[in-house]
Amino acid sequence: MHPAYSVIFFTSASGGGYLLLALLALFGALGILPTDPVLGVVGFGVGFVAVTAGLLASTFHLGHPERAWRAFSQWRSSWLSREGVLSLATFVPAGLLAILWVFFGRTSMPLAILTILLALATVSATAMIYASLKPVQRWANGYVLPNYLLLGLASGATWLALITAIVLPAFYATIVLDWTAIIALGLAALGKVAYWRFIDRSRSASTPESATGLGAIGKVRLFAAPHTEENYLLKEMGYQVARKHALKLRLIALALGFTVPAILVFLAMLVSGWAAVALLALATIGNAIGTLTERWLFFAEARHTVTLYYGSEAA
Amino acid sequence: MTALPAASPKKLGLVIDLDICVGCHACAVNCKEWNSGGHAAPLTDFDAYGAKPDGVWFNRIHTFEAGEGAAGRTVHFPKSCMHCETPACVTVCPTGASFKRAADGIVLVDEDKCIGCKLCSWACPYGAREFDSQEGVMKKCTLCIDRIYNETLDERDRVPACVAACPVGARHFGDLGDEDSPVSQLVAERGGYGLMPELGYTPVNQYLPPRPSQARAGCTGATALPVDDVTPARGFLRWVDRLLSR
Repeated sequence: MHPAYSVIFFTSASGGGYLLLALLALFGALGILPTDPVLGVVGFGVGFVAVTAGLLASTFHLGHPERAWRAFSQWRSSWLSREGVLSLATFVPAGLLAILWVFFGRTSMPLAILTILLALATVSATAMIYASLKPVQRWANGYVLPNYLLLGLASGATWLALITAIVLPAFYATIVLDWTAIIALGLAALGKVAYWRFIDRSRSASTPESATGLGAIGKVRLFAAPHTEENYLLKEMGYQVARKHALKLRLIALALGFTVPAILVFLAMLVSGWAAVALLALATIGNAIGTLTERWLFFAEARHTVTLYYGSEAA
Repeated sequence: MTALPAASPKKLGLVIDLDICVGCHACAVNCKEWNSGGHAAPLTDFDAYGAKPDGVWFNRIHTFEAGEGAAGRTVHFPKSCMHCETPACVTVCPTGASFKRAADGIVLVDEDKCIGCKLCSWACPYGAREFDSQEGVMKKCTLCIDRIYNETLDERDRVPACVAACPVGARHFGDLGDEDSPVSQLVAERGGYGLMPELGYTPVNQYLPPRPSQARAGCTGATALPVDDVTPARGFLRWVDRLLSR
């Protein structure tokens, strides 16, 4: 599948942003994070900026961005529409929570719970857009939803550890945030490895034979394509990444995105002050590069059944 | 509304005879011609006369080889929207632009509501939907709704443009929801099938498989001799032959 940069950026940024809002709500409500106004401004600020930038980016690839408001109407059947509705709905409890936190120095358990649930639901809806597409077997599987949640959690937790280290240098419970980030990064790596194992070992039920119904005669292969040049279908759905490149990119995603950041966060616990901030900043940058690489691969490695009509032997 | 309507008894669709299709592309060309001025017009082209022509088509003709050697076959394979009974292209649409008509099962796009997110083209396993990057909306086969219900046309012309154009009668149009319709009977008689049944989209369009090939051709009555060896025996024709051979 064609990896559109706007969608890669959108899913990565909004995933991290929503999980950052959820973690702020959680740790605030549990009393682990103090309702410090500066932490509130920066923490919720980064969350809202990431989420809003992601949502705006997602409209860049539309043919008619000015009609994007129509996408809120079909939540009964469409995961894309549900994602739109949930993404905006999350702003309400998260925004109220941010106002309470920053201006009144307090938090609210009901608003926190609502923020957490809606943030998780939004990221889940993003994942379900892909996981519900039966023509793409590498998306329509049980690994995609936990992967989106875990990758969002890993980014959100790393951002929160960095933000807190900058804003509250004397914070007593850094260890909770750091371990949350390390565990989230570890789980994200495991989830991704499990996903790659799955897509390497399984195949789509669709074949050139089932796509044409000519299997009774024998093995089916393309003799002549409909047109001499590439068409929309091939440009959009026929994108293929060389296997050797895919392996290298997987290693980059795994190392830069999760393994190295987890080690850096661990090292940050052993030092303090600006050294810790520097290590956490490096972890955040590595995680961002790794997550974007992973998201690019998520598209580039996905194969669509329409390619079976254009000479692919498997989808 | 992108929720699907209750299953309609009427299921308009195409039946394509893979035994007869000669791969001439006339159906695709007539489709392009009609629909460039029809309901979903324009069907945009880019660089049409240049080195890399590209454009929107509702119907594309692939050619496959199946099997090996003498048992193998070359099969011309036209493919357009299947007007599925459970079209995921409709349910994934976030805006309500995609819909399946309750009255006849035709799947259409309301181009005034389409935001051009392309998700429906991802949801279609058959590649029936194409994005028109000039119009910014999704285009697809309309089963020529502007022909089949068009009372200004002669009744015999009220069929999709692809069916009207086929010079060998490999394309049939009708109600596949009606067991007694000619198309349904053709499907029953010839063992017609839908594509990629494992995905569960339940396509309405059906394909008739190629008939088994014959080991020997029947006698056509033509001479097996090279024409050069044939000289008229005698008389007037012999005189004409000599005159013309001079």
